[in-house]
Amino acid sequence: MSTTTPLAKAAGGTADFFDTRVGAGKMVKEFARKVFPDHWSFLLGEIALYSFVVLLLTGTFLTMFFVPSMTEVHYPEDALPVAMRGVEMSEAFASTLNMSFHVRGGLLMRQIHHWAALLFMASIVTHMMRVFFTGAFRKPRELNWVVGFTILILGLAAGFTGYSLPDDVLSGNGLRITDGVVKSIPVIGSYMSFMIFGGEFPGTEIIPRLFTAHILLVPALILALIAVHLVLIVVHKHTQYPGPGRSNRNVVGYPLFPVYVAKAGGFFFVVFGVLAIMGATLAINSVWAYGPYDPSPVGAGAQPDWYMLFLEGSLRLMPGQPEFVIAGYTISLNVLIPAVVIPGLLFTALAAYPFLEAWVTGDKREHHVLDRPRNVPTRTGVGVAILTAFIILVLAGSNDILATHFNLSINSITWVFRFLFFAGPVIAFIVTKRLCLALQRRDRELVLHGHETGRVVRFASGEYIEVHQPLTDHERWLLVGHEPVRPLEIGPGENERGVARPAYKKAVRRSKLSNFFFADRVEPVTPSELAASHGHGEHEEIESAESNEGLLTNASTRG
Amino acid sequence: MSDLTKSEHVTPPGASDPLSVGERELDRFPNPGLPEHKHRLSDESEAGSKRVERQIVILFVLSLLASIGGVVGYFAFPVGVTLGSVQASTLSIGLGLGVGMLGIGIAAVHWAKALMSDVEQVDERHAQRSDDATRAAAVQALKDGADDSRIARRPVLKGALVSAVAVAPLAFVVPLVGNLGGDWNVSKFRYTMWGPGVRLARDPDGGLIRPEQVTIGSVWHVIPDGLLGSEHMLEEKAKAVVLMVRMNPTELTEAPERADWSWDGIVAYSKVCTHVGCPVALYEQQTHHLLCPCHQSTFDVSDGAKVVFGPAKRALPQLPITVDDEGYLVARSDFTEMVGPSTWERERYTDLPVSDEEKAH
Ligand code: HEM
Ligand code: FES
Repeated sequence: MSTTTPLAKAAGGTADFFDTRVGAGKMVKEFARKVFPDHWSFLLGEIALYSFVVLLLTGTFLTMFFVPSMTEVHYPEDALPVAMRGVEMSEAFASTLNMSFHVRGGLLMRQIHHWAALLFMASIVTHMMRVFFTGAFRKPRELNWVVGFTILILGLAAGFTGYSLPDDVLSGNGLRITDGVVKSIPVIGSYMSFMIFGGEFPGTEIIPRLFTAHILLVPALILALIAVHLVLIVVHKHTQYPGPGRSNRNVVGYPLFPVYVAKAGGFFFVVFGVLAIMGATLAINSVWAYGPYDPSPVGAGAQPDWYMLFLEGSLRLMPGQPEFVIAGYTISLNVLIPAVVIPGLLFTALAAYPFLEAWVTGDKREHHVLDRPRNVPTRTGVGVAILTAFIILVLAGSNDILATHFNLSINSITWVFRFLFFAGPVIAFIVTKRLCLALQRRDRELVLHGHETGRVVRFASGEYIEVHQPLTDHERWLLVGHEPVRPLEIGPGENERGVARPAYKKAVRRSKLSNFFFADRVEPVTPSELAASHGHGEHEEIESAESNEGLLTNASTRG
Repeated sequence: MSDLTKSEHVTPPGASDPLSVGERELDRFPNPGLPEHKHRLSDESEAGSKRVERQIVILFVLSLLASIGGVVGYFAFPVGVTLGSVQASTLSIGLGLGVGMLGIGIAAVHWAKALMSDVEQVDERHAQRSDDATRAAAVQALKDGADDSRIARRPVLKGALVSAVAVAPLAFVVPLVGNLGGDWNVSKFRYTMWGPGVRLARDPDGGLIRPEQVTIGSVWHVIPDGLLGSEHMLEEKAKAVVLMVRMNPTELTEAPERADWSWDGIVAYSKVCTHVGCPVALYEQQTHHLLCPCHQSTFDVSDGAKVVFGPAKRALPQLPITVDDEGYLVARSDFTEMVGPSTWERERYTDLPVSDEEKAH
């Protein structure tokens, strides 16, 4: 290499320094031109990552001025805002006011921090939806799904602990509700409450404890898991959407350097920029409007951050009857069911789904090409059903706002939501699944008949037909490239010698579930079907290859 | 259709090939391969790429100016003087920071999209599984390690190791958890500041209340006299807050054993919701309903504050009241049950006569 300019010389020197010490050359060779596929939906995870970085930066700013103490002070008589002068409050609340009104850029950083927290959670949730509906969680990525899921839970913890720090009326009431939920835990509830608050609610310990969790424990865990998450992405290589030239054996896209360095790096600045502009122009959590925490007042229409609403809604929908006293001990199922059992079930279903689906398909192969959601109708239906349950809980968490806004009675809204919580997911599942099957049928039709051209010709026989333009190979591939998944078949219950097979019962259960998943399906057009449809003439009825019509019986063969 | 017949000769991949997704069916279309690359305008004309370059430079310059503007904003607007100045400071620093970042971001993305090569590249994938030789070597390495450790057939050593490691954390965890709960005296939940003769005071100013001040239909937020300035003010307040209402005695349904708990139509109930503890603060005069804003439990104040709707199960505890010699409203005793959310052992406290001695601790 001939180094000519001083700059190139310096660069060469630096490169040599690192290569001879940490073998940088090998790393650069390995990673610099690694190919990443491109799609807008791959940005969702990036947004989560970048808003986390913004949270770290702005959070560090806030720690310089926030005082995590519940010592009571009187707000100075000459400070802003005027309404708070002389009011008794905790140092935590006073320092929040002080950093908002007396630190240049303090209010800005608080607002960016809060908007970033909302964006962080929103992007995690939508990222997770993308992964779910495209089947990106399939082998070998199940573990990364679990890592991502854990980050979601930790994100809830980060948001909750942060929201509680300013010690205003709203955050104090959030803690009050937490205390009530914790107390309902059988046997140890009261002791758990003492453990959290260091004695009776609210005590003087909770803010310092939340502070440690919020700025150290939770972010450190999130950071570590993000590192694992990213390493696994590199190990697995990114999934890609189906398309011509893309297969399960390759990855098609642009090289990390320079394209992704510029795009992803640039996108960090975009996210930061948007959050900064939001922080500059949109007020959020103006705690001086609520005042310092006091156990007595509470405002109607006060809302927690959106990612907590599902819990609020769950608590609201539950009727009070199931609180029982058994042998002198109280079991508050009216609190435990909505606050622990229902979120527990929904989240467990979410975390365990990849393993369930792997069991149901019996497929042990790796999957690197994403599914179009319509091609997996049952999964898509299950996903929409879980989502519907969450959305109904979120709406129920705003039922007072809905009531005042639409002039309805809270009682009737609550009853409607109670009903919808059970019926909604079922309806959503059925409708979504039907919709997916219909879309698949449309795809088949398109492959078999081609595009409509709007041009009508008349045959000698007097018959009119519309001319259809056949798809090109590239167009067709997207519609026929996927592999049909068929229900697992189980052998007979007895072996050749008439002895009952041991795991037969389990196999039956498995095959039932597999049938639930894959019995209704529309298979992609095969070359012979296409050839046959051409042979029969364009305008004939397409034969549908749906298994419930008994056309397909061959069992799938898999390793 | 030669492609189609060709695909029919593809043998199904071995079950052990983990990357064989999409290759199982015999009768399937072949992958047509990457579409031909389409060139962009900026690839084809020098003028096009010059224009893109100019756009990118303008974005970087905009960012530069905005960032400088943010710093100027920091110095230009004092905070802590007026709300306007706080707003101006927030806005100028924020827009400077935001546009500064956004400019860089948009420029970089535009550069990547419009100027950098957009020729798609292809990498091969390899199965995650290590090959058999590597696996065997890994197993051997572990075996060798285990042999070297001489742990095999030494059950006592194994047992001692596991026990020591299992017990060692206790000396860390016990002090941590043990200290977290303070004195762990959870029976404190049972008692409030109320007791015989404790006067009712207005929340938040602490003014004492005479029954004649309490007009029919009015709602009073009440705290025990002596709460303000007391040692554990917030903890005591969190348990002792009371809501007092006066209604026409004819509208009031009272249990016989509570006949002397009210005073001429004035009733006082704990304001701590029996659901999960929010202050029950919204009173509707016509229906005598008290609504908890948190999850909308609704209590009927004219009928023992029983639950008429929502997730709470139990009625709000009633504070027995009367009037003392000086004509002020006072409590006749503490609440006769635990206020607030249910706990596992709350029944233990119900209807126990509370001795002063017990209360003292
Ligand atoms: C991991 C993701 C995080 C989330 C979701 C999050 C969320 C929040 C939220 C919602 C608030 C309330 C803000 C307000 O007052 O309106 C808050 C406050 C705060 N956060 Fe975070 N945060 C995160 C990470 C961090 C980190 C890493 C730090 C420090 C290095 C930090 C430091 C603070 C401080 C000091 C406050 C209190 C300031 C105040 O209330 O004015 N946060 N956080
Ligand atoms: S706390 Fe009152 S209804 Fe939940």
